Amino acid sequence: MERFDVTLLSRIQFAFVISFHIIFPSFTIGLAAWLATIEAVHYATGNSVYRRVFDFWLRVFSIAFGMGVVTGIVMAFQFGTNWSSLADKAGAIQGPLLGYETFTAFLLEATFLGVVLFARDRVPPWFYLLSCILVSVGTLFSSFWILANNSWMQVPVGHTMVDGRFVPDDWMKITLGEVQLTRWPHMVLACFLTTGMSVIATASWWLLRGRHVAEAMVSLHWALGLVAVLIPIQLFVGHLTGVIVHDHQPEKFAAIEARFHTQKPASEVLLSWPDAPTGKNLFAIEVPKLGSFIANGNWDARERGLDAFPPNDRPPVLIPFFGFRLMVAMGLVLLAVSWTGVVLMWRHVLEHARWFQWIALISFPAGFVAVLSGWFTAEVGRQPWVVYGVLRTSDAVTPSLGTWDVAFSLAAYVLVYLVIYSFGLYYIFRLLRDGPRDFATPRNGSPNRPMSLAAAAGE
Amino acid sequence: MSYDTLILLWVAALGFVILVYGLLDGFDLGVGMLFGLAEDEEDRDALTATIAPSWDGNETWLLLIGTILFGAFSQIYAVLLSAFYIPILLMLFGLIFRGVAFEFRGHAGPGARALWNVGFWVGSGVVSFVQGAAVGTMIAGIPVVDRHFAGNSFIWLKPFPVLCGVGLMFGYAVLGACFLVARGPDELLARAVTWGRRAAIAMGVIVLVNAILALQLRPEAWQNLLARPWAFEVAAVWVVLVVGLVVSLTRASRGGAPFLLAALSFVCAFLVLAAAFWPYMIPGAVTIAEAASPESSLRFLFWGGGLFALPIIILYTIVVYRVFKVGSVAAYESES
Ligand code: HDD
Ligand code: HEM
Ligand code: HEM
Repeated sequence: MERFDVTLLSRIQFAFVISFHIIFPSFTIGLAAWLATIEAVHYATGNSVYRRVFDFWLRVFSIAFGMGVVTGIVMAFQFGTNWSSLADKAGAIQGPLLGYETFTAFLLEATFLGVVLFARDRVPPWFYLLSCILVSVGTLFSSFWILANNSWMQVPVGHTMVDGRFVPDDWMKITLGEVQLTRWPHMVLACFLTTGMSVIATASWWLLRGRHVAEAMVSLHWALGLVAVLIPIQLFVGHLTGVIVHDHQPEKFAAIEARFHTQKPASEVLLSWPDAPTGKNLFAIEVPKLGSFIANGNWDARERGLDAFPPNDRPPVLIPFFGFRLMVAMGLVLLAVSWTGVVLMWRHVLEHARWFQWIALISFPAGFVAVLSGWFTAEVGRQPWVVYGVLRTSDAVTPSLGTWDVAFSLAAYVLVYLVIYSFGLYYIFRLLRDGPRDFATPRNGSPNRPMSLAAAAGE
Repeated sequence: MSYDTLILLWVAALGFVILVYGLLDGFDLGVGMLFGLAEDEEDRDALTATIAPSWDGNETWLLLIGTILFGAFSQIYAVLLSAFYIPILLMLFGLIFRGVAFEFRGHAGPGARALWNVGFWVGSGVVSFVQGAAVGTMIAGIPVVDRHFAGNSFIWLKPFPVLCGVGLMFGYAVLGACFLVARGPDELLARAVTWGRRAAIAMGVIVLVNAILALQLRPEAWQNLLARPWAFEVAAVWVVLVVGLVVSLTRASRGGAPFLLAALSFVCAFLVLAAAFWPYMIPGAVTIAEAASPESSLRFLFWGGGLFALPIIILYTIVVYRVFKVGSVAAYESES
């Protein structure tokens, strides 16, 4: 019983700290790319509006990046403190992958981030643009390594077992396997969309208050266009991700579809209240045969339900089921907002379409919600395994921990994060509200303190 | 390159990174603790200004330690982090509060400011103590059964580790004070010298007491030292350095000599510790060879991390300290 408590509390703790962490990286990965884009346009056109838009988002970036670092440091210790059996058994694979993520983040901070944040006036414009692009590339690399790690935990490949531990023997498979090459683009696109939607919402907010109109229109043009183009791609890549799950993690797929019983042909449950104990879908809205088609492109293929798997290998159903639907719904929101916006832009009525600006403002969190619900789908759907099919989550937890240790640490994390977060979010909120201004670059800032950039502008 | 060479390279990298971390974060944690002794707000501003450009970069070396442990010695990473569950938690919170206090002090009203002030020196103290206590616990012995930590969460809360924690607090305070002597604000010079001298004496005494206690706890350490006689020479150098340090801190004159002496004394202590326990990574429990990750992992990590990332990080640290003139107050004031 005690083991179970420790495992459950550790899971909640991990979910808590990483959910708070991922909010910032998904924003900064997108912002880095956005800044590079805007700077490129500025470089090409010399239009000063782009410069003000750039300087504004750079301030937001600096805080989000700083918060990403603070919460990320906590992450780096989680695997050892709470999942030491995992760290010991799979460390030969996860250690180097996370090592590369830290090294990448360091190199990024060590080199071009400093230029982007503090040295605009001291380098030639082309070099500044190059630095922006390389910062963006750096964040993409960082996400690559972390996703490689997670993809390997989802579908372990390229290793042999020696004395109960994983020993890597094919790093190509581990880092560039089919699963990683599908899930990483899905995540990167998710970051771009999240940021794109945030830019659209912020610019709409300025328009609603009749401020910074030139900057808002420029931001809207670019962000709406980018999101409108990227979202169909994301829906397609999402589909490919689903195929991966179908092929490699059939239990998770069944949970996402709330398919309790094997069917031929299989129906698609659009919405319901899945009741796992009785194995029934209450209040279900179902489409016959569609389930077979979605999974196989064939209208009457057989689909395995949860009953095809041993009870102790079945994942929870509620979270994957609703998490997946929430993510797809947010994808549709992004699609609707961006395409409507593009049409309004085409007709030159965007600036005065207050109803649209309100909708765009309210849709601010759509990307963040999709990212979190997507991760909850992927991670909860993987249960009860931590390394799918090989190592159970309950066997991965630190053996020496007592219930009180984890209860204490979890409570402490919640408390500390609430304090830190309220300050960080307040800072970002204030920046977003005030909008672009003539920002001064502190003369001698250090890239190790990204937040000082925003502080210098905060008065 | 053979597996053995690879292991040696990664141990060397780890040792180097630990040492650099201790020296760099050591001085700004030290300044953070001395901050609690400052008398007025002006002094406090001056103190934070001296370490403002550097503290965060210094902390990232701690992450490098974690990274190399997980990447190259994952068993050690697993054992140490589970053994120090609560200290790690305290350390993370100490680091977070230090960092946040730094950014928010300047923007807070008087009430909140007092709170961030306390958060700053308490956070610095906790982080320093925890690191010392961790080293002490390792010397006293960490029970490892079946590759896993097999003790309870308060193993670090015993007299010897606690004394080690206090010792490291004084040690970091020495580094902090010496840094102030080298690059701190003028009006604090005289006090920095006094702080440094007293902390150096306390550190010296505690280290000697600890050394005797450690040899009692770990008789095999004495055998190891006898087998590596150079360690006694290093220990003798350490004594000379600490005495020289105390002497150099009797005059209130600016200069880098005390910091250099203090830093070298840290290097000596580190070498003696290594001589006493090599080839164990966790004394009495896990050797370096046992802890090393498989060859394929070390090799994979080597090409990008060891050959490429580490050298750039080192180069960059040097550049930042020289070009950005870390520690000169003027550099920070132009910022805010
Ligand atoms: C998809 C992207 C992504 C995901 C899933 C994660 N991270 Fe992250 N992380 C980043 C993307 C990122 C980043 C964009 O690269 C950050 C944001 C700020 C930064 O410095 O790098 C970062 C920062 C960051 C840092 C601070 C590095 C520094 O000092 O600059 C650490 C230690 C971690 N992360 C560790 C983790 C761990 C252990 C994770 C998962 C278990 C994790 N991150 C999930
Ligand atoms: C960044 C976004 C992520 C989010 C929001 C997220 C979310 C979650 C959630 C909700 C859980 C708890 C699942 C449960 O216990 O039912 C979990 C567990 C876990 N995830 Fe993730 N995850 C993310 C990324 C990652 C990554 C990148 C890794 C690996 C590097 C990872 C490794 C783990 C581990 C080790 C656990 C604990 C063991 C377990 O419960 O399976 N996660 N995560
Ligand atoms: C039709 C649309 C979509 C489909 C079919 C889809 C499909 C999936 C599937 C099946 C997973 C689980 C992957 C796993 O368990 O390994 C997933 C995860 C995820 N999705 Fe989506 N997705 C869609 C749209 C979106 C959108 C619009 C976003 C964000 C803007 C998004 C962000 C994520 C994230 C962050 C994850 C977790 C990371 C991962 O596991 O790859 N998805 N998606």
